Amino acid sequence: MRGIRKSFDGTQALKGVDFSARRGEVHAIVGENGAGKSTLMKILAGALQRDAGEILLDGQPVIIKSPLSAHRLGIRAVYQEFSLVRHLSITENILIGQMPTGRVRWLVDWKAAHKLAQEKLAEIGFTGLDVRTRVSSLSVSHQQMVEIAKAAVTQPRIWILDEPSAVLSQEELKRLFQVIGKLKEASALILYISHRLDEVFKVADRITVLKDGELIGTVRPQETSENQLIKMMVGRTLGEFYPERANKPGAELLAVKALGRQGSFKNVSFSLRRGEILGLFGLVGSGRTQLARCIFGAERATRGEIRLNGELIRPHSPHDAVRAGIALLTEDRKRDGLVMSCSIRDNASLAIMEQVSRWGILKTAERDKRVTAEVHDLAVHPAQISRLVRQLSGGNQQKVVLAKWLLAKAQVLMLDEPTRGVDVATKVEIYRIISDLAQKGVGILIISSELPEILGMSDRAVVMREGQVAGEFQIARASEESLLACAAGVVQ
Amino acid sequence: MKKSPVEHNASFTSRGAEWLRNLIPGRGGEKRTVAGLSGRRWVDYAFVAAFFLLLMLAASMSDVFFTQRNISNLLRQIVTNGLISLGMLVVILTGGIDLSVGPVVAFAAIVVSGMVERQGLPLPVAILIALGVGASAGLFNGFMIARFKLQPFIVTLATLGAIRGLVYVYSETPITPQDPAFRTIFGTAIVGPFTLSVLIMLVAFMIFQFFLNRTTAGRGIVAIGGNEEAVRLAGINVGGHIILAYVISGLCAALAGVLLASRLGIAQPSVGAGFELDAIAACVIGGAILGGGGGTVLGTFGGVVTLGLIDNLLNLFNVQSYYQQIFKGLIILVAVLIRRKE
Repeated sequence: MRGIRKSFDGTQALKGVDFSARRGEVHAIVGENGAGKSTLMKILAGALQRDAGEILLDGQPVIIKSPLSAHRLGIRAVYQEFSLVRHLSITENILIGQMPTGRVRWLVDWKAAHKLAQEKLAEIGFTGLDVRTRVSSLSVSHQQMVEIAKAAVTQPRIWILDEPSAVLSQEELKRLFQVIGKLKEASALILYISHRLDEVFKVADRITVLKDGELIGTVRPQETSENQLIKMMVGRTLGEFYPERANKPGAELLAVKALGRQGSFKNVSFSLRRGEILGLFGLVGSGRTQLARCIFGAERATRGEIRLNGELIRPHSPHDAVRAGIALLTEDRKRDGLVMSCSIRDNASLAIMEQVSRWGILKTAERDKRVTAEVHDLAVHPAQISRLVRQLSGGNQQKVVLAKWLLAKAQVLMLDEPTRGVDVATKVEIYRIISDLAQKGVGILIISSELPEILGMSDRAVVMREGQVAGEFQIARASEESLLACAAGVVQ
Repeated sequence: MKKSPVEHNASFTSRGAEWLRNLIPGRGGEKRTVAGLSGRRWVDYAFVAAFFLLLMLAASMSDVFFTQRNISNLLRQIVTNGLISLGMLVVILTGGIDLSVGPVVAFAAIVVSGMVERQGLPLPVAILIALGVGASAGLFNGFMIARFKLQPFIVTLATLGAIRGLVYVYSETPITPQDPAFRTIFGTAIVGPFTLSVLIMLVAFMIFQFFLNRTTAGRGIVAIGGNEEAVRLAGINVGGHIILAYVISGLCAALAGVLLASRLGIAQPSVGAGFELDAIAACVIGGAILGGGGGTVLGTFGGVVTLGLIDNLLNLFNVQSYYQQIFKGLIILVAVLIRRKE
C-alpha cells in the first residue's frame, strides 16, 4: 500500500501511509485508538475507499471497490463484531451462499454440507464441534473459529484479524494462535491488529506501528521491547503504567457469603473493604461476570447472601443496587453500557436523573453543571457534553461510562474489563482514576482477563474457576504464573 | 478549558440560539452542537427548505390556499393526526410501535358521544371516561409488552382488532349527540386565532417538547429506544417507562377521538381505520427511527403539517383521494430514502 490517505469530515485519519507485508508472515499492526489502524485495514478490505494512494498486490496495482471485490482478490477481514447468522447452524454459516446440492439443483445435500463444514473447521485445525449446533449456543471463541472457517472457504491470501483476542481468555487465545499458525503454513499473510502488546510479541513476525495516521516504523519483535513499542505508539515514554499503590483499606464494605446461581457459579464468598481494590480473575466462562451481575441485581442469585455495610441486601434489579450504592461498569460498553444515539450529557446523567430533578422535572442547569465538571475531570475529548457518544473514540466512550458511575457516587464500584478496547494512554488515565477513587474510600472490584492489570492495580485478588472461588491471593505474594495456574486448575 | 455554548453559564442569547437550533426538525436539539455541518444537518435544512418550497408552490398555484378559511381548515384537519402522532412518537422512541391507535380513536369518540347522549352524563365526565378508556387500552398494551416481553407489533396488532370489536359491541350504529355544547366546545369554539381544538393540539406539542427534553421520564424514554439494556443497567425502571409510553399513546388517541367526534358532531364506530399509518408516517417523515434511537417533537410536527398540506393541496385541486394515497406513499418513501444514510 503506497501513499494511502483518508480523511473524515476534515480530519486526516491517514496521512500518506506506505505499508508493505509479505506472504507467509504474521504482521501485527499496533497503535493507539485513532492512530489509523482500523482505517488502513478497512481500506484494504474494501469497507472504506481511499482518498489517494495505491494498493499493489504481488506488484500489480489493484482497485478494491467493495468488500466483495476484496474477497475476489483473496482478502478477508474478520472483525470484532462477527457476521454470523446466530440462529442458523455452524454448517450453514460456514457455507453460506454455497451450500452443496444434490442431483436436484435446489435441494440442499445436508450430509455433504455437514461433512464439508467439518472439513473446513479441520483445515484450520479445529475439531470437536458438532457442525449441526446453532451458532447462538456457541461461546464467543467458538464463534470466532466459525467465522474464520467461513472466511477460509474462499482460501484467502491475506487475512485481516481485527482485535481477535479482545473477547478471548488465555486458553482460547492459544487456540487462536494455533489457527494463525495453520494459516501461516498455507503461506497466507496475516495482518493482526491488537491492543495487547504481549500477545503481539508472541504471535507476530513483524510489527508495524501507526501513530496519528502516519507509519512510525516496522520492527521485528526480537529487536525491540514492549516499552520501546509503547514509546513509538505514544511518542513518549509512559511514566509508571500503574499508579503507585497507596490504598488504605478500611472497614468491611461488601460481604458475599456462599452466593450461588444455578448454572453459573456456586458457593462464592469474599469480602471487599472500603478503599480497597479487589481483583477478580478467571478465564472466560468462570462465572465472574455473572457474579458481578448478581451483586448488581441484573440477575438473581439463587442462594447465599450479600451484605453491604453489614446489612443484608437483596437487589432485585439494578435499580435497587444503584440505590444501595452499587455500580457495575459492564464489559461491553456498546451492548449494555452506552446509549450510542444519545449525547454525553444523557449518558453520563442516566444514573443520577432522580437526583437532579424535582417531581420528575429535570433541573437541567444542575445536571449540565455536574456532567460538565465530571467530563472535565476525566478529560473526555471532546469535552462538549452535547456530543453524541457514537462520535467518540473507544477510550473516550469508556470515560463516559465511568463518568456515569462516578456521578452516581457509588460506594461499591465493580468494573468488568474496564480497559477493554481502550488505547494505552487512556488505560493509564483510567488506572489513575480507579486508584483515586479507592483512596477516597470507594470499594472497587476489578474483573479482568489481563493479568498485569490485576497484579498492577489490586490489593488482593480472588481467582475463580468453573463457577467457584479457586483461590485468594495477597498481591505482594502473587505472580502471573500463580494466578493463571490457579485459574486453570493446574497444581504447581 | 474550552466551554461549549450549551454549558450552564450560557448567556441568554446563546440559549436563544440553541432554542432556535432545536426548532429544526429531524434530530434532537441535543445532538446539534457538533462543529461544522455534518451530513445530517444538511438533510434537516433540506427538509425545511422543501417544506417552504411546498408552501410557496401552494400559494402560487391556488389563490384560495392562503385564505384564512383554508388555513383554518388545514389546521383543524391535522388536529387528529397531530395528537395521535405525538403519542406514536413517544412509543417509537422506546423502540416500539402502537398499531391500535385507530380503534382507540373510535372507542373514545363513541364512548364520549354515548355517555352524553345515552347516559345523559355531563360532558366533562364523559370526556374523562373516554380518556380513561384510551389510557386503559394503552396500559394493557404497555403491560403486555413490558411484563411479558412481547413484541409491540404483535401486541398492538392484536388489540387493534380486539378494540375495534369492542367499539362495535358498544354501538353498531353511529351516535349523534343532540347536546349543542358537544359540537360548539371543541368544534367551533374560537380562541384567539385558532379553534379550541387547534389550540389544544399546539399546546400538546409544547407539552411533549418539554416532556421529552426536560423530564426524567422523557429522557428515560429517549434513552430506552437507543439501548434498553444500558438504561436498565443504569438503574432505571425500564418496564415502567415503556408502560407509560403506551398509556400516553392511548391517551393521545383518545383525546384525538373526542375532538374528532366533536368536530364532526357524530361518532362512527368505523372511524379511525388506517390512522396508525398516518401517524407512523408523520413521525418517520419527521426523522423518527422505527426501532428507537431518533425522533423529535418538532420533526413530528413538520411531518404532520407536511402530510396535512399534501391532503389540503390535492383537495384544492380536486385530485381523487386514491391519488392522494399514492402520493402520500411516495412522500414517505422519499423521506426515508433521504434519511437512509443516518
